[in-house]
Amino acid sequence: MGLEDLQHNFLTGSLEELVKWGRRNSVWPATFGLACCALEMMATGAAHFDLSRFGMEIFRASPRQADLMIVAGRVSQKMAPVLRQVYDQMVEPKWVISMGVCASSGGMFNNYAIVQGVDQVVPVDVYSPGCPPGPETLMHSILTLHEMIKTGEITRRREETGRGAELHLDHPGPKVAVGTPR
Amino acid sequence: MGFFDGFKVTMSQVFRPRVTVPYPKFKRPKPLRFHGRHVLNRYEDGMEKCIGCELCAGVCPARCIYVRGADNPPDSPVSPGERYGFVYEINYLRCIHCDLCVEACPTEAITESKLFEFSFTDRSDAIYTRDELLVDDQGMPKKQPWEDWRPGDERNTSAWMRATSPNGAAGYEGKVAWSGELGFGVRPPEHGQSTDNPAAAATDPSTIEGHEDEVTHG
Repeated sequence: MGLEDLQHNFLTGSLEELVKWGRRNSVWPATFGLACCALEMMATGAAHFDLSRFGMEIFRASPRQADLMIVAGRVSQKMAPVLRQVYDQMVEPKWVISMGVCASSGGMFNNYAIVQGVDQVVPVDVYSPGCPPGPETLMHSILTLHEMIKTGEITRRREETGRGAELHLDHPGPKVAVGTPR
Repeated sequence: MGFFDGFKVTMSQVFRPRVTVPYPKFKRPKPLRFHGRHVLNRYEDGMEKCIGCELCAGVCPARCIYVRGADNPPDSPVSPGERYGFVYEINYLRCIHCDLCVEACPTEAITESKLFEFSFTDRSDAIYTRDELLVDDQGMPKKQPWEDWRPGDERNTSAWMRATSPNGAAGYEGKVAWSGELGFGVRPPEHGQSTDNPAAAATDPSTIEGHEDEVTHG
C-alpha cells in the first residue's frame, strides 16, 4: 500500500502523525564524509554527543537503507556525479543536510575543482554553517530537519517530473518556518 | 577463560559516569576565544563602531563579507568618524570563522560571539545583513529565530576578545587599550597585562566568566 493515495480524515490524520513520528525518530544517515567535516560527523556519532539519542546512530554504507545524506565536506567536480548517484539510489522519503560551508557554497575553495554548493547537484533541506560545524551545530541542523519532517507532508516530497531536485536558483522550494527546537 | 575477558571490559565500563552531553538540553561551555557568529559592536554612547573601511572584506579568505561605506549624515551621524558601514553583509554559508576580519578591524567594530548552534533551511537566511549583525540598544546580540541562544551565551562577545592590539603595536602584551563598548563597558586587562584606563583597572579580572581551554571535557 502506498501512502500516496491516502485521503485525509480523522483516522489518517492520526496515522500521519504516527508516520511522521516514526520517520523523525529513525533517520538513518548515509555515509558521505568527504573531508574534515566528516570527522565532526563521526564525533557527533560517538559517545560524547551520541546520535543514537535521535535514533540515527547507524551510518549506512548502503544508500538503499538510508534516509538522510549528510554531505560532509567539499564536493569536487569528479565527486558530484557519484554524489548524485548515491542520492538517486536512496529511497523516498530522503533528506539532505549540507554540512559545512564547503558543501553549502564551496566556502574558501573558490576554484575550478570544487562544486560551488552541493545544492547544484542534489536538493538540500538544511544547511549547516561553520568550517567545520561543531557537533552541536550538526545536531541543531538535525533537529531542524526533525522539525521539517514534523511539519511537512508524509507523501512524496519530490514531484513525478523530478521538479524540486533542481538548482536552488531556479526553485527556492517551500519556505518552512522553523524555530529553535528543544 | 579468554571468553569472558571481553565481558570484563564491558562490565568495567558500566559503572563509569556518562560522558554524553545531551545537547538540546545542555550546551557545552565554550572556550573564551571561540569563534562563532559575528556581531557589529557599538560604542557606549550607542554610536556604531563600523566606519565602512572594507578591511574585513579585503582580508576575508572566503570572500564572505560585503561592505559598502557611506558618508555620515551631518545632522544624525551613525558612527563617530567620517563614514559608516552603509551595507554590511556576511554570508554564513561562506564564512569559515577564521577571525581575520576581527583582527583586521581598526575600530574593534566586528567581533565574534560564542553562538555556533544555528542552521538554515533557506540559503537566503544565511546572508546576515547589518540589521541582524548589529547589537541592540543594550549592546547584546540580536537573536534570530533559527539560532539557539541560551542564557549567558552573549558573554565574552566584545572587542576584548581580539588577539591583537587595536593600534597594531607588536608589544601589546604589556598594555592594552580597549575602547568602551555598549553593554560590556571597558574590559579589564588579562593576566600579565596593564592598562592606563582607570575604569578597566578597577575591574577584577577574576570576575570574567568562561572556562579555560585546558579544562578537559567529560
